[in-house]
Amino acid sequence: MQLTTLLFVLLLLSSLAYYFGRKRAVSVSGGEVKDLHSRPGYYGFYTVLWCLLPSLLVFSSWLAMEGQIVTQLVVQDLPEQIRTLPDSQLSLVINDIKNTANGSIVSGKVNSDIEAAVSHYKSLYNTSRAALAVLVLLVAIIGLSISLKKISPSQRARNAVENILKYLLIACSTIAIFTTIGIVLSVLFEAIRFFQMIPPIDFLFGLNWSPQTAIRADQVGSSGSFGAIPLFTGTMLISFIALLVAVPIGLMAAIYLSEYANSKVRAVVKPLLEVLAGIPTVVYGFFAALTVAPLFREFGTSWGLEISSESALVTGLVMGVMIIPFVSSLSDDVINAVPQAMRDGSYGLGATQSETIRRVIIPAALPGIVGGVLLAASRAIGETMIVVMAAGLAANLTANPLEAVTTVTVQIVTLLVGDQEFDSAKTLAAFALGLMLFVTTLFLNVIALHVVRKYREQYE
Amino acid sequence: MVDTIITQGQTDVIGAMDNSEIDNPAEVESKAITHRDARDTVGEPFSKDPRMTCRNVNVFYGEKQAIHDVSLDIGANEVIAMIGPSGCGKSTFLRCLNRMNDTVDSCRVEGNIHMNNDDIYNKSMDVVLLRARVGMVFQKPNPFPKSIYDNIAYGPRIHGLTKNKVELDEVVESSLKRAGLWTEVKDRLDQPGTGLSGGQQQRLCIARAIAVSPDVILMDEPCSALDPIATAHIEDLIDELRQNFTIAIVTHSMQQAARVSQRTAYFHLGYLIEVGQTDQVFTNPKHQLTEDYITGRFG
Repeated sequence: MQLTTLLFVLLLLSSLAYYFGRKRAVSVSGGEVKDLHSRPGYYGFYTVLWCLLPSLLVFSSWLAMEGQIVTQLVVQDLPEQIRTLPDSQLSLVINDIKNTANGSIVSGKVNSDIEAAVSHYKSLYNTSRAALAVLVLLVAIIGLSISLKKISPSQRARNAVENILKYLLIACSTIAIFTTIGIVLSVLFEAIRFFQMIPPIDFLFGLNWSPQTAIRADQVGSSGSFGAIPLFTGTMLISFIALLVAVPIGLMAAIYLSEYANSKVRAVVKPLLEVLAGIPTVVYGFFAALTVAPLFREFGTSWGLEISSESALVTGLVMGVMIIPFVSSLSDDVINAVPQAMRDGSYGLGATQSETIRRVIIPAALPGIVGGVLLAASRAIGETMIVVMAAGLAANLTANPLEAVTTVTVQIVTLLVGDQEFDSAKTLAAFALGLMLFVTTLFLNVIALHVVRKYREQYE
Repeated sequence: MVDTIITQGQTDVIGAMDNSEIDNPAEVESKAITHRDARDTVGEPFSKDPRMTCRNVNVFYGEKQAIHDVSLDIGANEVIAMIGPSGCGKSTFLRCLNRMNDTVDSCRVEGNIHMNNDDIYNKSMDVVLLRARVGMVFQKPNPFPKSIYDNIAYGPRIHGLTKNKVELDEVVESSLKRAGLWTEVKDRLDQPGTGLSGGQQQRLCIARAIAVSPDVILMDEPCSALDPIATAHIEDLIDELRQNFTIAIVTHSMQQAARVSQRTAYFHLGYLIEVGQTDQVFTNPKHQLTEDYITGRFG
């Protein structure tokens, strides 16, 4: 049976479960629905959950283990000379078997041993799917009938449904956490492989980035050096310029919106400002590369300055515009959260509006504003598309914003685009860079969260 | 209906002092107050030595009129208490006196309010300077999230009242002393003002208002968030401050009005019903509404 068909049958069964559960509840009450502990619908839901949850659990765990077990069984039945091959070659053979079974391209010629294995694999696979269908439907029907049997007027179906829903919500909220852990681990293991080839000291403190490694021993000029310092200075330079643009503009926009603008202006301007956050970064990218960069270069030439067409300045400026809404929106919220009593107190002492803002409101809102700026900073550091399009590829170690620099994210992209061999330091370097980037932004986010939380306590 | 009342009120309010229409309170219906009854103020709204004079003040929040034609003097170095049931406009009226209502977009004030012969609603009036001369203490203590010292120094700093740090220190010390807070906080001036107790915070706010040497201090239910002991502290303080300042206080507590004020004004539904010496208002009210309120029949 196809998996989708199975799921469809399961769904059908659960809607039947609702109907039966409801009907059974009404019938055990003897027509007096108000004698039931819960409304009949709750008994229906209760039956559905009992029918669906255990069978889905069986379904997913079966699918999770199926592949491994089937492969193991196939390997056991392979002829001796194939079974004793080294691991890497054995996995190639297994891949061939699976590909042949699925009708995909295989690496070499298909011999009789493989063919036998393929038919074995296919039959095992079919048996497994049939067993799965039987088992799942069996579990569903058992769950359905047990829960139907348990229905009685005193049964607390409402509370039971409430409890089960709670666990469902908990499960959903942990998905995000487990995904994060999964991402960290996947990056971490590749990064560890990289650090086995390149010492971490060379990576963290090396001043030269040139990731081209020699594929053959006699290749020239591709020594491969993995000093990440130029990349991180590039990232920091561009992010710094971006923050230099976004923080003052965003903060002042927030002050205008929360303190000066009347409600009509606010209703129009605030969403418009937030549209900036909705523009795809790739659009910002070609805006920077095709519009702003030539403008700056011409402008620079007329002043006798040499501005690279992939300068950090232009990239930073455009990225700064992109993160203005992060700063302004968060600052606006925290400025609005400053109690009106603070403003009244200041006005009551004869302070002007700007004095009140400078001396009372900004200091009171500062922790929240700092939190917003740090979030914007981690966004700027992790930003990829604008820098890929507008910043350079040359890993210059420079603090001059008019020169081209490259960033961590740009290098990750260039290292991983196209066909790559996964046993070379060049490819694995991308994961080390990703890990570093992740640690950096995580660190900034933790600080931001901490600052924001501290701020919240102040008015509680 | 309301419009006609306003125009009538504006024409005859000057003569309100010797109004003889309602001198027999028994004749006034105590329940359903009509606009007609409330139009004219009973008692003595005017003062021989006024610090602030208000004439025919009307306040609107959008379409809604919150204050109807109030005329009242605030005498120099007196404490005037404004009492009345919730929503009667006493706080709104108080906030007209230093133009705090300007911060509310929909609020519109009509009429004349003069302070030492300056029209405070004149276009040439500097609102910032006005608020320095008419200080304000709010219902809930609202110290800035700064140190105790910086809270007091806030006003003198923005107005440039002191030449150097030594003078500023003196102003801070004398303000705290006059607010009766010096001995409690002198060793921890650098700690946040928000860390003080409620009563201390309110005295800090009073000290903060005193530090800019205003002529008038407006207090909007300054004790409503405080316990009885802290309230007694503030009331003693108000009595002492009367030597140097004119104080207008809005309060919900009639006992407090009786304890701290020399004159009392009774507001009802946006109308100023009766003004008189505090003793007289509380022992022998002239208006039936005032009597009903102070005897606890409503409000």
